[in-house]
Amino acid sequence: MSAHVELRPGAYADSVTLLQVSRTVAQLPGVAAAQVAMATPLNVEVLEGMGFEIPPEAGVNDLVVAVRLDDTANDSPAEAVLADVLADVLAGVDRALADSTRRPSGSAELAAHRTTATALRDVHDGGVVVLVSVPGPSAVVEAMDAVEAGRDVMIFSDNVPVEHELALKRAAEPGGVLVMGPDCGTAIVDGVGLGFANVVSPGPVGIVAASGTGCQQLLALLDHAGVGVTSALGVGGRDLGADVGGLATREALRRLDAEESVELVVLVSKPPAPEVATSVQEYAAGLATPVELALLGAGQPDLTAAAERVLERLGRPVPTWPVAEPATARGPVGGTMLRGLFVGGTLAGEARQLAAEALGAVGAALDDLHGDGHGVVDFGDDAYTSGRAHPMIDPTLRLDHLARVADDPRTGVVLLDVVLGHGAEPDPAALLAPALEAVTAPVVVSLVGTAGDPQGLERQRAALAAAGAEVHLSNARATRRALELLGATR
Amino acid sequence: MSTARVATTGVDLLADAVEAQAVDVTRVDWRPPMPGTEADLATVAVDPRRAAANAQAVAAMLGVTAHLVDVGPASEVLGLERGEFLHAGPPIEWARASGPLRGGLMAGAALEGLVEDPQDAVALFESGAGVSLEPCHHRGTVGPMAGVVTPSMWMFVLEDRATGRRTHCSLNEGLGKVLRYGAYSPDVLTRLRWMGDVLGPALRAAVRATVDAQGPVDVTGILTQMLQMGDEAHNRNRAGTLMLLRDLAPALATSGLPATDVAEVLRFVGGNDHFFLNLAMPACKLALDAARDVPGSTMVVAMARNGTDFGIQVSGTGDEWFTGPAQVADGLYLGDYGPDDANPDIGDSAITETAGIGGFAMATAPAIVRLVGGSVPDALATTRRMHEITLAKNPRWSVPVLEFQGTPTGIDVTRVCRTGILPQINTGMAGRVAGVGQVGAGLVTPPAEIFPQALARLAELSTRTQTG
Repeated sequence: MSAHVELRPGAYADSVTLLQVSRTVAQLPGVAAAQVAMATPLNVEVLEGMGFEIPPEAGVNDLVVAVRLDDTANDSPAEAVLADVLADVLAGVDRALADSTRRPSGSAELAAHRTTATALRDVHDGGVVVLVSVPGPSAVVEAMDAVEAGRDVMIFSDNVPVEHELALKRAAEPGGVLVMGPDCGTAIVDGVGLGFANVVSPGPVGIVAASGTGCQQLLALLDHAGVGVTSALGVGGRDLGADVGGLATREALRRLDAEESVELVVLVSKPPAPEVATSVQEYAAGLATPVELALLGAGQPDLTAAAERVLERLGRPVPTWPVAEPATARGPVGGTMLRGLFVGGTLAGEARQLAAEALGAVGAALDDLHGDGHGVVDFGDDAYTSGRAHPMIDPTLRLDHLARVADDPRTGVVLLDVVLGHGAEPDPAALLAPALEAVTAPVVVSLVGTAGDPQGLERQRAALAAAGAEVHLSNARATRRALELLGATR
Repeated sequence: MSTARVATTGVDLLADAVEAQAVDVTRVDWRPPMPGTEADLATVAVDPRRAAANAQAVAAMLGVTAHLVDVGPASEVLGLERGEFLHAGPPIEWARASGPLRGGLMAGAALEGLVEDPQDAVALFESGAGVSLEPCHHRGTVGPMAGVVTPSMWMFVLEDRATGRRTHCSLNEGLGKVLRYGAYSPDVLTRLRWMGDVLGPALRAAVRATVDAQGPVDVTGILTQMLQMGDEAHNRNRAGTLMLLRDLAPALATSGLPATDVAEVLRFVGGNDHFFLNLAMPACKLALDAARDVPGSTMVVAMARNGTDFGIQVSGTGDEWFTGPAQVADGLYLGDYGPDDANPDIGDSAITETAGIGGFAMATAPAIVRLVGGSVPDALATTRRMHEITLAKNPRWSVPVLEFQGTPTGIDVTRVCRTGILPQINTGMAGRVAGVGQVGAGLVTPPAEIFPQALARLAELSTRTQTG
């Protein structure tokens, strides 16, 4: 007989604790079955069902410890052996009961919210802005949370379908919510840089940008000219297209018009749909604050020209745009082709257009970097960023192609952009330098940044020049210089 | 409460860049949604009806106060006829019914005198002659565990006095070997007969007298109080049960019934810590029914299990059930029982979680957190986690230890799919074999796939609305 039943009058633990204790004890070595419970009628029934004999005096305030030892392991275990096992088991019961009252506490730290909507429920600051950078197909879901909470949202994500963009901007319109993006790389809101934003001083200019690096070029040039920028609101490259119709551009213009410190608004955009350009122009004309339109495209002023017009309208002098000469000048090589490797879409577009005016056809595809024609590629294009970080964060793809371009005897001039600011690579010059040193052809770089940028504009400029590049602040100047080096300037 | 000026969802590097400017950032711990749901989530996100529909559904639900207005046999209050059987969960036929549901039906058949011996009911249900099965939910009713309701069983009747809508639930039998856990032994039937002969009529007398004297018992109000007294109203109903007794005892004492009957009723109710569950459940259903049928709403209005299937219904998709296999709870077992003895999840009682209590209010019931091998911090984390998948905080039902934050209310199908966080349900476990009864208690979640199913339907209806 190896069953042991004992009553512990006056001992109490709640039934759940005792279930756990029972389970612990049942797992002790040498135990076939165990139940530790208060002797309620239900528990007594359970215990009797397990084959235990419960003393009739057991009452609801008594703790019952019932254990059956496993005596099949040994043919005929001596009483003394069983007594030892039982003593161990009862010690185990005591231990389990003691343990049950001091359980380790889990982490009391609050887990982060899992959706934008639930995070915004806990934010009680009126000025909060939401920055969404999840994969494109999911961006609309998170951004809609912000819109429904009445919060401005910047959608950094690319690969967002235009119908999602339209739905977001339509939902945002009645509440006066600003939807920046999708594919909005840069914004400065209330002095806070979001995404890839340059460090600028507050000032008289407000920017509305349907072009991230276009905006950054303006910030860089105005900063060099000593003109600050209060707000730079991105709207996404498609906002002025026919589908979206400038919904966010109008809201952004309205916001900047309402900001007292803004004396002049600049609207910079990739080529807009003509009818949208007209309607936005009409809207801008109705505002109290003057609006300078920098609508890029064939026959339009480039970004540098737009910055110069802004300075003129503000009555500020136009400075000389800085150029750093390469440490060792590179003469012409045998190649004749322009190879442009960009991370900024608008910068690439500007370079391609200026080059096309001088050279004729300039390709935009990866193959065009390695073919018999001229090529200017935007490595930040959606086609190269699906499932991969933007080249301002992950330079691998551009470096791979730069190495191939360096080895290609057809390469005549290499043209690059390097974009500084919050969020961008901490030391892009250091990553590029070895690759640039391997290039025998002349290298021209558009280094887009401000004096306050965390990477150190001067340090980056010096490092790039030391690696053999001619470094410009103006992308248009850099491009024209590259064309000149190709002997293609008119 | 955060005073962040920027909230970021996605790449950490962009959050770092903002923080580097000495700006407070709230970071969302975003992770990819449940597989295959991206497109449907986007479709439903851009449905212009959704936000307002969900706000309407939440407001309708929160606006309901449930009063206990009557007690009566199902034949009377539901018009249930001989041979009609209600059961928990989504629709099911005998052939697919689990052990505890079969056991409950067998007990019900014997109780109604359709068979002499419960065992004979097997042939009766196999033949289907003169018997029919229907979900409780289809008849304005909820039933715990097997949820079997037959015409002679006495039911609580709850009413939303603003609209006159009603819901119903049977009277709780207690723990151990009981019909709702699939037991059908003679003592189970004896107890059920006593409940029909003595308990039901006594409660009817008490409820009606209370209605006449001071108005009906406010069940929603008791829920408010019990949540502050350590009950989560699914697996712990101790405070609620005693408050109900407090409200009905004077009328019972003066009911003119024999003192021995009154004493027996008081002893039965007071000795059954789960008695109030059968009021909490129909109160939750009454509130959730008000949120049904709002086009475009993604709010779950019912979660129910029949021991084989777990089903949900969603406000924007009408009466359609989205079902998947019910899971076995993870928890503690009575006596010698183990996981092999447990039946998959069963019962309409997950209506409590659907309404934001039960497992969702785990933080308010630290006394039972060990039921699931958990700790008090686990319980706090569970309630906080449920806020990630719900639309609102219930202003009436609050959790003191969480600074009186309202319970997480109104499960949003889209947020479940977005986060992969499944509703946490506290539950009892029935034996797998008919006749066994309760074998344990623990925690369970729905099968994950039913939420993408419901989402797909919402997306389909949304597309249909927007295109024509």
